[in-house]
Amino acid sequence: MLSPNVVNLIYLVAAVLFILDLKWMSHPRTAVRGNLVGAVGMALAIGATLLSQQQEWSYILVGVTVGSVIGAVAALKVKMTSMPEMVGLFNGFGGGASILVAGAALIAAYSGLAHGEAMNLQEKIATVASGIIGSVTFFGSYVAFGKLAEFLAVTWKLHPWQKAVKYGFSLAVAAGGVWYGYGAGFDRWAIVTAVSAVIIAALLLAKQDRFPGMDALKGLSAVVSVGLGVLLVMNPESMDLFWALVATGGVLGVLLTLSIGGADMPVVIALLNSYSGLAAAATGFVINNTALIISGSLVGASGVILTQIMCKAMNRSLTNVLFGTMGPTSETPDADEVYRTVKSTSAEELAMILDGVQRVVIVPGYGMAVAQAQHAVRDLANLLESRGATVEFAIHPVAGRMPGHMNVLLAEADVPYAKLKEMDEVNSTMEQVDVAIVIGANDVVNPVARTDPGSPIAGMPIIDVDRARTVVVIKRSLSPGFAGIPNPLFAADNTLMYFGDGKKAITELIAALKES
Amino acid sequence: MSDLVMLLTVFVLAIFVGFEVITKVPPTLHTPLMSGSNAISGITILGALVLAGALGEAPLAKILATVAVAFATINVVGGFLVTHRMLMMFKRK
Repeated sequence: MLSPNVVNLIYLVAAVLFILDLKWMSHPRTAVRGNLVGAVGMALAIGATLLSQQQEWSYILVGVTVGSVIGAVAALKVKMTSMPEMVGLFNGFGGGASILVAGAALIAAYSGLAHGEAMNLQEKIATVASGIIGSVTFFGSYVAFGKLAEFLAVTWKLHPWQKAVKYGFSLAVAAGGVWYGYGAGFDRWAIVTAVSAVIIAALLLAKQDRFPGMDALKGLSAVVSVGLGVLLVMNPESMDLFWALVATGGVLGVLLTLSIGGADMPVVIALLNSYSGLAAAATGFVINNTALIISGSLVGASGVILTQIMCKAMNRSLTNVLFGTMGPTSETPDADEVYRTVKSTSAEELAMILDGVQRVVIVPGYGMAVAQAQHAVRDLANLLESRGATVEFAIHPVAGRMPGHMNVLLAEADVPYAKLKEMDEVNSTMEQVDVAIVIGANDVVNPVARTDPGSPIAGMPIIDVDRARTVVVIKRSLSPGFAGIPNPLFAADNTLMYFGDGKKAITELIAALKES
Repeated sequence: MSDLVMLLTVFVLAIFVGFEVITKVPPTLHTPLMSGSNAISGITILGALVLAGALGEAPLAKILATVAVAFATINVVGGFLVTHRMLMMFKRK
């Protein structure tokens, strides 16, 4: 048995290692070491905890084994293009763990077989916070995952696995709530739980992002959650109140995430990341554990910073992302009018243009991930470099569906990180770029953001490819991006549209270049 | 100093440390930063372990805590592993 002082000292060491982990994330060279150090810190903290009390190992072994297998398989199998889905889902597990620890602590203190010490006010309030934040994180993350994996809030036909997850999860939530309510004899709080669970299940089957009365329901669920929280602080022995609070928090979590559009997905994932940290910190206040509080705060801070960066990169406030809408306005120009002068090109013509160029900038977007074109793009860059050109990648902060998504895909394709440039760095020398190749990006290169103050993307910082000598846009069609507005770049004098699937188009371009 | 004030002190100072350290992470590494911080938020496992392993606790509390152990382990194991996988890609060149 380790004494509490020794355990707390080991927690301190773990906290220092977590801080070093994040500190060493500041450079790709040191980041691997940082991550390993973080893992060591976690192992130390877990080891100290296990040695701090007499254990009954059976439950622990079951939990750890199941969790390790699922975690390891997911981590080793996931495709880099699906990283947003995985991180989105994992945030939810953190939130779920916080709910369950708070619930178990409440039972242990008040309604268990061996009544523990009654909670003090701090612990009661923290239990309420863990329940609400944990539940918002858990259900919000599920919605984020579902939207990224394209099976929630969509109208098209689903794959069998998508159907199984979508209907299975909804059914489980509704059935769980009703079964619990039945077991509790449908007393008043159990009715709240059952009704909320059914509302969650119904919301998860919705086919659109928004519907009338959504904001009112959002407000109602927030008020009811907090009200139940106050009641729980006064009556901590009522587990019915705790579950009712978790259920209404779940309604809030679903609504908060459901209403957010595809373009704002990077913000949502960053925000949920921050919630999962705050949930862990709140749980730390439930069980008076400094390791949880420190780690939770670090993660919370990380999520907040990323959220700010994403909002700034879209020139939108967080309130606007959470409650506002984005889409074509009444002043949106007619697409046919804008696209009157579009010039389309072929692989052969492009090969001639790219012959002998000095400086090329490639601007990837989410379309590159969808087309799995990152390896073909790398081949193109290497080929151009072997012919004497300098090739760089210009990456917009919100390109892709999570912060840094494009960078990971290009790193997977062995593009050296020194070639991955930030928006401002490339923009300052855009006039000297011979050819800018845009692949699968749209809104982040739309010059309207600079020129039209009435546009939904007005003021958003963009990559100024229109200032390059020649712009090549690789795209399937002239369809609009998330913002739903036409892009005059496509019809500019110096722009050539190269229509086709990203990967195939680039492969053909490479072949044409090799022939020329 | 009461326990609550001590814990709040730790909480607030840690947030400041987090802001200082994470502001320096370059955009290139934002995805591994998120998956790595995800792994760190699996720290909830400490609370889950204490409750799942406690002797003579109510079965319901232990079952909830066991599920919490599983959830948090997914975060810890999956988070650190996938972050390592990504960071090795950045390191190659």
